[in-house]
Amino acid sequence: MAGAASALFLLDIKGRVLIWRDYRGDVSAVEAERFFTKLIEKEGDPQSQDPVVYDNGVTYMFIQHSNVYLMIAARQNCNAASLLFFLHRLVDVFKHYFEELEEESLRDNFVVVYELLDEIMDFGYPQYTEAKILSEFIKTDAYRMEVTQRPPMAVTNAVSWRSEGISYKKNEVFLDVVESVNILVNSNGQIIRSDVVGALKMRTYLSGMPECKLGLNDRVLLEAQGRATKGKAIDLEDIKFHQCVRLARFENDRTISFIPPDGSFDLMTYRLSTQVKPLIWVEAQVERHSKSRIEIMVKARSQFKERSTATNVEIELPVPADATNPNVRTSMGSASYAPEKDALIWKIRSFPGGKEYMLRAEFRLPSITAEEATPERKAPIRVKFEIPYFTVSGIQVRYLKIIEKSGYQALPWVRYITMAGEYELRLI
Amino acid sequence: MSRNDSKYFSTTKKGEIPELKEELNSQYKDKRKDAVKKVIAAMTVGKDVSSLFTDVVNCMQTENLELKKLVYLYLINYAKSQPDLAILAVNTFVKDSQDPNPLIRALAVRTMGCIRVDKITEYLCDPLQRCLKDDDPYVRKTAAICVAKLYDINAELVEDRGFLESLKDLISDNNPMVVANAVAALAEIQENSSKPIFEITSHTLSKLLTALNECTEWGQVFILDALSRYKAADAREAENIVERVTPRLQHANCAVVLSAVKMILQQMELISSTDVVRNLCKKMAPPLVTLLSAEPEIQYVALRNINLIVQRRPTILAHEIKVFFCKYNDPIYVKMEKLEIMIKLASDRNIDQVLLEFKEYATEVDVDFVRKAVRAIGRCAIKLERAAERCISVLLELIKIKVNYVVQEAIIVIKDIFRRYPNTYESIIATLCESLDTLDEPEAKASMIWIIGEYAERIDNADELLESFLETFPEEPAQVQLQLLTATVKLFLKKPTEGPQHMIQVVLNNATVETDNPDLRDRAYIYWRLLSTDPEAAKDVVLAEKPVITDDSNQLDSSLLDELLANIATLSSVYHKPPDAFVTRVVSSAQRTEDEDYAEGSEVGYSESHPSDGPVSPSAARQAPASSAPVATSPPAAPVPDLLGDLIGMDNNSIVPLDQPVTPTGPPLPVLLPASTGQGLQISAQLTRRDGQVFYSLLFENNSQIPLDGFMIQFNKNTFGLAAAGPLQVPLLQPGTSARTLLPMVMFQNMSQGPPSSLLQVAVKNNQQPVWYFNDKMSLHTFFTEDGKMERATFLETWRSLPDSNEVSKDFPNLVIGSVEATLEHLAASNLFFIAKRKNANQDVFYFSTEIPRGMPFLIELTTVVGNPGVKCAAKTPNPEMSGLLFEAIETLLRG
Repeated sequence: MAGAASALFLLDIKGRVLIWRDYRGDVSAVEAERFFTKLIEKEGDPQSQDPVVYDNGVTYMFIQHSNVYLMIAARQNCNAASLLFFLHRLVDVFKHYFEELEEESLRDNFVVVYELLDEIMDFGYPQYTEAKILSEFIKTDAYRMEVTQRPPMAVTNAVSWRSEGISYKKNEVFLDVVESVNILVNSNGQIIRSDVVGALKMRTYLSGMPECKLGLNDRVLLEAQGRATKGKAIDLEDIKFHQCVRLARFENDRTISFIPPDGSFDLMTYRLSTQVKPLIWVEAQVERHSKSRIEIMVKARSQFKERSTATNVEIELPVPADATNPNVRTSMGSASYAPEKDALIWKIRSFPGGKEYMLRAEFRLPSITAEEATPERKAPIRVKFEIPYFTVSGIQVRYLKIIEKSGYQALPWVRYITMAGEYELRLI
Repeated sequence: MSRNDSKYFSTTKKGEIPELKEELNSQYKDKRKDAVKKVIAAMTVGKDVSSLFTDVVNCMQTENLELKKLVYLYLINYAKSQPDLAILAVNTFVKDSQDPNPLIRALAVRTMGCIRVDKITEYLCDPLQRCLKDDDPYVRKTAAICVAKLYDINAELVEDRGFLESLKDLISDNNPMVVANAVAALAEIQENSSKPIFEITSHTLSKLLTALNECTEWGQVFILDALSRYKAADAREAENIVERVTPRLQHANCAVVLSAVKMILQQMELISSTDVVRNLCKKMAPPLVTLLSAEPEIQYVALRNINLIVQRRPTILAHEIKVFFCKYNDPIYVKMEKLEIMIKLASDRNIDQVLLEFKEYATEVDVDFVRKAVRAIGRCAIKLERAAERCISVLLELIKIKVNYVVQEAIIVIKDIFRRYPNTYESIIATLCESLDTLDEPEAKASMIWIIGEYAERIDNADELLESFLETFPEEPAQVQLQLLTATVKLFLKKPTEGPQHMIQVVLNNATVETDNPDLRDRAYIYWRLLSTDPEAAKDVVLAEKPVITDDSNQLDSSLLDELLANIATLSSVYHKPPDAFVTRVVSSAQRTEDEDYAEGSEVGYSESHPSDGPVSPSAARQAPASSAPVATSPPAAPVPDLLGDLIGMDNNSIVPLDQPVTPTGPPLPVLLPASTGQGLQISAQLTRRDGQVFYSLLFENNSQIPLDGFMIQFNKNTFGLAAAGPLQVPLLQPGTSARTLLPMVMFQNMSQGPPSSLLQVAVKNNQQPVWYFNDKMSLHTFFTEDGKMERATFLETWRSLPDSNEVSKDFPNLVIGSVEATLEHLAASNLFFIAKRKNANQDVFYFSTEIPRGMPFLIELTTVVGNPGVKCAAKTPNPEMSGLLFEAIETLLRG
């Protein structure tokens, strides 16, 4: 069962090794480079695009971030989920240190990169990936290194995500409830998939070791407490918690209790798969008037209450790749042709509930077409929007209690917002 | 926060090394630090800066942590190449391991463990002992992992110095991070040892489950993975465990979730209460679904695992098929896996919606995805009888779009649908025939020709259609030629008129005289003789009813599935192969010196460097063959052995007469198909090598109540492409009798892809019973050729020319070489040729060479103390992937 990584590579976009760390001495950089160049040559072969590839006794797992590949090589039967997730965590750590993770920032900071690679993994086993705490003892500022350091208590504590002795003049917590609506509508206009993925994003500026307790209008909890559900209680389907939340406690009595990390983090995410009415409905009619002219008529309708307003609405309408000479009219907002995406992008700054707007566009097409029928690219219509002060699920933060032994008063600020996630409507 | 270190990369002039040397010895601290950075920068871009070893090590004694870390990093990289100089660093290491600063203590012990130089290892023991009992948990957690490092370098030392006990003590440490690392280290050591080292008792179990609540996310994964080996005593204990693991399903780290799922599934096997099981399934579904919102790479791992989970517990996600619908922007590898799961979850209830999706995918632009979508429709048709008609109508709609590859793929799957539901959907043949001209892929062509032949009597112009192919017969690929041959024969038997008669002559002529493909020729001769001897018999044979094919979408066999489910989240579950099939260990060249010259018998430290990694037995690594494979290529099996015998009329000198013991002195053949499985038929078989040829030695015993005849044999694709060189010669077997035969084999006929495996899948049929499938193991030594002996000079040269990464090794702790002479003789008889021998301390080192066909040599080194247990085998070969098989063969030979 056990298994560990052999080496970790940071490669440039062409597959050349920028920096690597050998953990077990059984995979060489030459091997890894040879594998990767082979892989890049094979581009287009679907098998070669898998993120887990076996080559000559070695398994390579990789992810890409801007112009850098992060790759783990292993000879044992290691935990693939853990190592791939670890690579994503590593991206977060590098971003925390260098703001941007790219080839240049790695080169510019190679000393720190080596130090981090030494600390976050040992003998191929992931060790510690809390960027904030790491930066307490691995620093980019050379001069501070002169002071002898100790590992922060947090590294090995049960509370591994927070250091002691944090102090703020004003103790505040910001809690954003962000819900993304994912929807897939097929070409018959049926909703074939819809779900909501919510996240409670927290930013904490709290002194000491605060104990927090969060109360939601969670039906299971409220019913267990025998409370009359004033207003709406909701069912959360699958909840995932940040590691600071005591999972066993939640399993017992549904209490969400935790000592938060300092700064920003996702306290929890949840999912609801109850069918929701699409908040913004788009219908498109495409007419080919002749071989050389195509007309698109689009209706966009907001299907939420009038007191809410969607902002930054962006509707991406796919058009044929060879379309030219756009001629567009809209009843609201502005539309622009983006040939690089083969799409027309319709932007509406503010879209109140219960409204309907129209767009009409005409394109020219080349009159000569290929003889053989080739399938057309069938991109869906994609929609982006944000609706502040509104959640689809009706989730409410009933309270956020913060108790610290010094007894300070902390102010929680809560915001709600709903936005489009993977919002796709397939064209007819 | 960023700073610019890139300046260190820039000094790359000629006099660089002397310049750096000077700077490293500067009296100014800052200058020395800058110099070390430059050295590390040079190392990073791949320059050899090992000549600066002494100078860099001199900078090691510093209060500056950053500088110290850089020097340590340099040591990890270059100590191997300068093992003698590396000793210089030991003093500082030992001193650092007692530094008041825990960061430095941990750093010292962590780095020492990474330096794989024997001499350093000795000095590591004392510091490690201290650090395992350090006051600071940061040091202890580092020391725990270091024990695993040391075990990898020198297992004996770890056992002798009692590190295993100290490590086990750490399981009860009060710090969760230390516990987690100790568990990881113990699990790894256990994996590489045959002795029971890390046995999880119910006591450790409960301790670890408590630690689970407090350790970091990575530590939770270590613990869950280790605990999933635990076998609960009864259902009650299993339920208790599950209860304590379930909260992990709520963790934000996907790896924690998957490992928790693994553990719950393992324990569920013991739980008998259906209510509890149902409840657990209900609990696992949402977290599994949520994994599909993770990053695409993790989705991929999750999907490969879900594929396994739904094979064992189809109910878990039975209602969630929609979450597997592909999104437009999903990477192709995610889409492909989603399709696979959609097929598995498709049912009469959701098939309409699923078909709508497949149809949508089939009109996208990515060719591979489109093809897979079309194939998926076909597989659903075969799986769900009631939906077959709807599937076909979708396929017809797709054919009408006239996209070439969609049409071809559709025809391939429709042929399978015809096989599954004979005489049901022939009305669509006319539509299919319209696309005849556009077919250019062999598989599609062959499928269409099969359809025409099979339904020749219902297609008015079947002869014209087939005739159009005949002109190009010689140019067609083998697959199409075979189908054309069979289809023409079918046509002739169904419509024995002049046109087909002429056609059959053309085809038979083309397929016998004009071809050099033995398969085609053999088949043509069989038909020819059949037709000329007894056309009625020919009809019975060629137009015989075919067995119905089944859906192959649940293709893993139960024991393999068990093993894979025990490996959820690991690579094994991603590859759908057991770990043995791909895990390899390579000897690091740590203890080698560069200028070794073993031929002259110089003493070099060939000490044990790697523990045994257990038997490598890639069992059942392959998935079962797709049921459709034999359909397109093999003729309808003709169960007429007597006819076959005289018809082929070849001289059977390689075939030994029956009932004559062929291997009178040899050991009995292993039983591969026990009589209990074979309805009374027992088959024993083994591959053997005689006079430079490979034979399959078979023993058939009829313990049933009926006479059996018409035996035929077929081999699935395998690593060495083994196939029968002639037909199987077994006479009518009366009840209670047996027959022995030697079947000549050829290599490189039907090679399988993927990592080498010893698996040989065999199918045997007779006229009275269903087809029997069984697995055999190919031992590599059967393939060792007679001419594999190397000259000493060639051996040396080849050994040197192969890179170190091509070297593999393995220990056989229990093997004993008693008599050198007898062993060498025995090995030589198996074509493993002795080259040279030398002494190394009290050990004897032997060198051998051997080769398998197609010029693939193996250079082998055996180290042992004659008469004492323990043989170490090291080998170099251009093809290290074969090493698993090689070791197996050597072990067999040395035991025999």
